[in-house]
Amino acid sequence: MADLYPIKLTVNGKPHQCSVQPRTHLVDFLRDDLGLKGSHLGCEHGVCGACTVELNGQIVRGCLTLAVQADGGTVQTIEGVSASGVIRDLQDAFVRRNALQCGFCTSGMLMAAKELVEQMPHANRAEVREWISGNYCRCTGYHAIVDAICDVLQQRKEATA
Amino acid sequence: MKAAAFDYVKPASIDQVIALLQEHGDDARLLAGGQTLMATLNMRLSEPQLVVDITGIESLRGISVQGPVLRIGALATHTDIEFSPLVARHAPLLKAAAPHIAHRAIRNSGTFGGSIAYADPAAEWPTCLLALGGTVVARGPKGERRIAADDFFTGLYSTALQPDELLTACEIPLAGADHWFGFSELARRHGDYAIVGMAATARREGDALHGLRIVLLGVDATPVRARQTETLLEARALDMATVTQAVASLRSEIDPLPDLTNTPDTKRHLAGVLLHRMLPTAATATTATA
Repeated sequence: MADLYPIKLTVNGKPHQCSVQPRTHLVDFLRDDLGLKGSHLGCEHGVCGACTVELNGQIVRGCLTLAVQADGGTVQTIEGVSASGVIRDLQDAFVRRNALQCGFCTSGMLMAAKELVEQMPHANRAEVREWISGNYCRCTGYHAIVDAICDVLQQRKEATA
Repeated sequence: MKAAAFDYVKPASIDQVIALLQEHGDDARLLAGGQTLMATLNMRLSEPQLVVDITGIESLRGISVQGPVLRIGALATHTDIEFSPLVARHAPLLKAAAPHIAHRAIRNSGTFGGSIAYADPAAEWPTCLLALGGTVVARGPKGERRIAADDFFTGLYSTALQPDELLTACEIPLAGADHWFGFSELARRHGDYAIVGMAATARREGDALHGLRIVLLGVDATPVRARQTETLLEARALDMATVTQAVASLRSEIDPLPDLTNTPDTKRHLAGVLLHRMLPTAATATTATA
């Protein structure tokens, strides 16, 4: 068995010092070591997007990132952005538009949507569809998810106008 | 699935990486963005003893103009390239191709150097590097050497890199005022591997193209140039008859490999469709277009 590797990182604003096996990917670390079960694992080879988390301010595939690669870094998960309220409008819009059924993809979908509404505030519907093409949903058929994200883009535009 | 156990090391210098590659040979794998390696580890298609994380090496980062070339550090991510003003100005083909690569979360991690070194024949960057007439910069125990893209991709997932060499950067000639390029690919869903894709560059003089490089992805074991069609189009005015002739030439010179869902004939047809769409943009454009 490979040696444990010490890491220091900040998760949802809280500093952690841990030792991990090098083979442990970021979402297994978040779920099993830190008990943050909001990030999900679907395919574990980078296709489904359920594991989407923020590392150093950018969304990444948590299953395609080793926990040791987050050493010295900052991680935000669905728990962090829910508690801080920064995606409250997205969460409300998902509920209002019925943009989830089983909810398995929703945390990853919200993490992806967060970066979209922050970085592309003028995105159109086609750009929203393209952006979330990396996140699979097997329940909704995507239409309601796109509606919800477009609602929030519109609301935020009006709020800053 | 979960990756098998491996040891992990994060060297601070290129020399340390080379020493590790010499010591461990094929038991070691380099980790950059990890967007291919991590998937193969999780599926246990790859079970290295040692993973060498090169992301701590600062000199492998960055995008800069160095004399007559644009230097793209091995660790530049797809997102870095997509939004780099230097890339937009000096190698606009790369900016046009970037959005076709997978999805945002993957573009935030995956690297240019990783894609070139992995040499997937269906990937965008190897095809673009070849179309741009770029150069790979490699460092090994004997020092640095440069390998032309034309000589770099030697077979399926195979390159001219030696086992103890590290790809440190790629260099791309700066686009001149007469630079023309095109990029297009056909995929069932955005971000999927393309069935067929095409990157092309040339110098545009009047209504003719010179020094064409037309490169296809997804048709062969490596990105492949359509040299017969390049020659046919050289310095010719791009009227409809010439375009039709070029499409026929392309379809006759390529010998596509099938994939799980597409036959060689389908790919041959689609490659012609891409060229048929792309060439007229050179005839009508007043500036370079995607």
